[in-house]
Amino acid sequence: MRALNRKLLRDSWRMRGQLLAIVLVVVAGVATYVGMRGVMHTLYESQEQYYTEARFADGFATVRRAPERVADQLREVPGIAAVETRVLAAANLDMPGFDEPVSASIRSVPDGEEARLNRLLIREGRMVEPSRGDEVLVNEVFAEAHDLQEGDTFTATIRGQRQRLTVVGVALSPEVIIQVQPAGLFPDPERFGVLWMSRSALAAASDMDGAFNDVTFSLAPDASLDDVIERVDLLLDRFGGTGAIGRADQTSHAFLEIEFEQLENTSTVLPLIFLLVAAFLLNIVVARLVNLQREQIAMLKAFGYSDYEVGAHYITLVLGVVTAGAIVGTVLGVWIEHLLGQLYLDYFRFPSLEYSFHLPVVLTAFALTAGASLIGVLGSVRRAVRLPPAEAMRPAAPPTFKPTIIERIGLQRFFDQPTRMILRNLERQPVKSVLTVAGMSAACAILVLGLFFTDAMDYLVEAQYEIAQREDLTVTFTEPTSPRALYEIASLQGVTYAEPLRSVPVRLHHEHRTQDTSLDGILPDAYLRRVIDRELRPILIPPEGIVLSDRLAHVLRVAPGDHVRVEVREGARPTRTVPVVALTEQFIGMGAYMDFEALYRLVGEGPALSGAFLMIDDAEAQVLQHRLLDRPQVASVLSQDRVVEAFEETSAETLLVFTFILSLFAGIIAFGVIYNSARITLSERDRELASLRVLGFTRGEISYILIGEIALLTVLAIPFGFVLGSVAAAGVAATLATDLFQIPLVLTRSTFAMAATVVIASAVFSALIVRRRLHTLDLIAVLKTRE
Amino acid sequence: MVTSTSHTPTDGAAEIVFRTEGLSKIYDMGEVQVHALREVDLELYRSELVVLLGASGSGKSTLVNILGGLDTATEGRVFYRDWDLTRADDRELTQYRRRYVGFVFQFYNLIPSLTARENVAIVTEIADDPLSPEEALDLMGLGDRLDSFPSQLSGGQQQRVAIARAIAKQPAVLLCDEPTGSLDSETGVVVLEALERVNRELGTTTMIITHNVVQAEMADRVIRLSDGRISEIALNETKTPARDLTW
Ligand SMILES: Nc1ncnc2c1ncn2[C@@H]1O[C@H](COP(=O)(O)OP(=O)(O)O)[C@@H](O)[C@H]1O
Ligand SMILES: [Mg+2]
Repeated sequence: MRALNRKLLRDSWRMRGQLLAIVLVVVAGVATYVGMRGVMHTLYESQEQYYTEARFADGFATVRRAPERVADQLREVPGIAAVETRVLAAANLDMPGFDEPVSASIRSVPDGEEARLNRLLIREGRMVEPSRGDEVLVNEVFAEAHDLQEGDTFTATIRGQRQRLTVVGVALSPEVIIQVQPAGLFPDPERFGVLWMSRSALAAASDMDGAFNDVTFSLAPDASLDDVIERVDLLLDRFGGTGAIGRADQTSHAFLEIEFEQLENTSTVLPLIFLLVAAFLLNIVVARLVNLQREQIAMLKAFGYSDYEVGAHYITLVLGVVTAGAIVGTVLGVWIEHLLGQLYLDYFRFPSLEYSFHLPVVLTAFALTAGASLIGVLGSVRRAVRLPPAEAMRPAAPPTFKPTIIERIGLQRFFDQPTRMILRNLERQPVKSVLTVAGMSAACAILVLGLFFTDAMDYLVEAQYEIAQREDLTVTFTEPTSPRALYEIASLQGVTYAEPLRSVPVRLHHEHRTQDTSLDGILPDAYLRRVIDRELRPILIPPEGIVLSDRLAHVLRVAPGDHVRVEVREGARPTRTVPVVALTEQFIGMGAYMDFEALYRLVGEGPALSGAFLMIDDAEAQVLQHRLLDRPQVASVLSQDRVVEAFEETSAETLLVFTFILSLFAGIIAFGVIYNSARITLSERDRELASLRVLGFTRGEISYILIGEIALLTVLAIPFGFVLGSVAAAGVAATLATDLFQIPLVLTRSTFAMAATVVIASAVFSALIVRRRLHTLDLIAVLKTRE
Repeated sequence: MVTSTSHTPTDGAAEIVFRTEGLSKIYDMGEVQVHALREVDLELYRSELVVLLGASGSGKSTLVNILGGLDTATEGRVFYRDWDLTRADDRELTQYRRRYVGFVFQFYNLIPSLTARENVAIVTEIADDPLSPEEALDLMGLGDRLDSFPSQLSGGQQQRVAIARAIAKQPAVLLCDEPTGSLDSETGVVVLEALERVNRELGTTTMIITHNVVQAEMADRVIRLSDGRISEIALNETKTPARDLTW
């Protein structure tokens, strides 16, 4: 091995503690990048492949009832490649051994032929026999939630008819890669499931002989979805079509897209932070090393080593650290990818995940890390290379000390000599001090960022489910129903209070922007369902005009005072322009709200309800839910507790894992920065400190000089970290916001306290290590060697 | 010792290795300009051993650094044989140092993380026709300390490692800036003996900087600098072997 490389190895070994700290930070960055990007690509590729194999439709439309011949008209629409009509029916199930009501969506499969679109993948058992009304296939997540096997039976109520169903198999469908209840926002496979039944049998059970109430289609290559949807809507309008949608609005697909988007954002922001910290650490370490080796560099140059060779020497060190970090990070990242993949498979039911090694991802991670690090050390290396060799042969001039600001304004009498040394030292190396404070602030900020999610989740649940939506149960009707139904339900045993629910599907327009959502009626004196402002106070709904959620207003680029065009997508389908009168804070979903009476006027029909919000007596909950579902007009019953539970199980859980990882890595960063900076201070000043020892200073006194410096920097860093963390939290909340889900910016005192504690603990830990070295300082050796 | 006005050495027909013409070096310190060298004209001959004497600050290091291609002149010319070093760019100077020059510094400048052998190897690895590190160290009487780290060696031993490093590439010129400056006289003599031997056995043109007049007695020629000018060039008729020097 060349002597120069040997020097590199021995230098690295001497700095192993510092380099290891940096390697860990690089590992953290590369592992998160490779893991998250990797799983994103894996999911994405698995999705593509599955969609192609199963012929996932490009468009979806629901109608009230259309004769089968309409299918032929649809096939004629230019741009449509294939059409599949079908029958959908809502059902309520009595699952053996499960007390709560379960709702289901039963979908038809063609009799005696393979489906043209959205083909099922039978995982267990067999296909349903044509015309057998007692046979169903069940979606895999649902089968797992209820431990259903081939041959198991349960009772279903379809359009008021009770029917015994036998499970003949378990299946997967590209339409329910993630299975979410129509009104629900989170998967809850215990209380909702998708089943498949023979077309003729389901048609018979739901009065759809020779007709369909749902249709899916695929597009020809180059066809424009918008054009096709326009024509399809025109055709289906008179059959009660509610407007065709593309994949983007299909629940399962939309959920996947949101997940991809979040993965993409997180896998960009997080590793970037780590890379910047790693670059910063390498910068201070290499700057120090170059400084320390001024004369060695000059000697090498005097003997004919070129600038390039000298530069390469230090660059090799940096690349060694980066490569070590990148290799370990990649291995860890691939492991994280598989771990995340398995987690995702619980929610996203692909037939299988095709893990593949994403070389471009790894190369990007490596290039980014190497790039950031090289930029970080370029200045120092260039200084090393540019050093005129004659210059370096001269011993470096003693550092110039000036009276510190504190001394200049005459405060020095308040400080003893060691404290003055600390202050002078900090003032003498302002750049290093500032960078160290910056590094520690970054660690503190990452902690604030990590911890903030927990607070945000608590706040979100409180705002959404304790202040805005206070009902225990939400009942939805199969179709708009007379207000009398509310009184009937209110009088059921166990119901303590009931409020009406009217929800109208609408498309909102502003300038060229549109957004589909539902427009809900709000009572002026609502108790259960209310809209709230940013301070979480209920807003008194004005008698006219529309109230939009913040996010919706943002999407449409409207503010109070602007007008939006509301296109009602049911009944007589009127379109009206209404003023935006207020905005409401809403973290989940993006709703639009209007006074009840105003809503009736807008839709242009008499009072009709879509459902009811109920407050109930907990003791009666089970019985009441069954009693409600037994009523023919009731389509579904959603329990608030279950929603919160499902929410916490899914989103909250992943976010908490995320928080944990983030805090762990932040700890690594805090330790890495503080330890490195303390070690460097020690190596810069060991002669000075040893001299002080020789002059009779005690160990305690010299420890104070060094550790006092660390302490002072830490104290300075924490407030900056708070500010930085708050800004970062705001940034991340904004990037992670999706149409489905927004993260409120909530920062609590306990978050700040916790972040500060971790930073201080890292500082104390580093100080202890450094102090041990200080105590074993070899006075003779230190004083003998010439710097 | 005889004062000479001509620059010719004993045999009159020696090859010229270095030639300077009106060499000046000015350090611009803002308000003040430091004239480190003032119009120095000088010739050095092949295989001679020259001692450069002068008070501290007289410009000795500056001169040697310019001859060795570590520094550049403000005015005037320096030739290494026919090569005009004053016109050489950074890359050419690096090549020049790599091929022809060996340095010995007052503070040894060994790399602490490398053993004696490796400290020499770091230079032989980039040289064209080097001695092996072992040979070079053997020549300096350090054959038994090959694997010692600098911290395990005395000052004199460290300086001999530094000389081994300088001569291992068989340089045409050996430039030593106060090689005994941080050594006691006994150890200093050992180091000077080593330099004397290199000059004699390898025929390396050698220049030794010192402010110790006694050391001048071992030279072929003695050049005195004062205040940036050559104040005297003396030819030494009878060289005293380094071993007989005391100070
Ligand atoms: N880099 C420099 N900047 C400014 N002045 C310098 C520099 N190097 C040397 N000098 C000055 O040039 C003069 C000659 O220095 P030097 O050649 O080191 O003398 P010597 O080696 O004889 O002691 C001195 O006055 C010194 O202060
Ligand atoms: Mg000098």
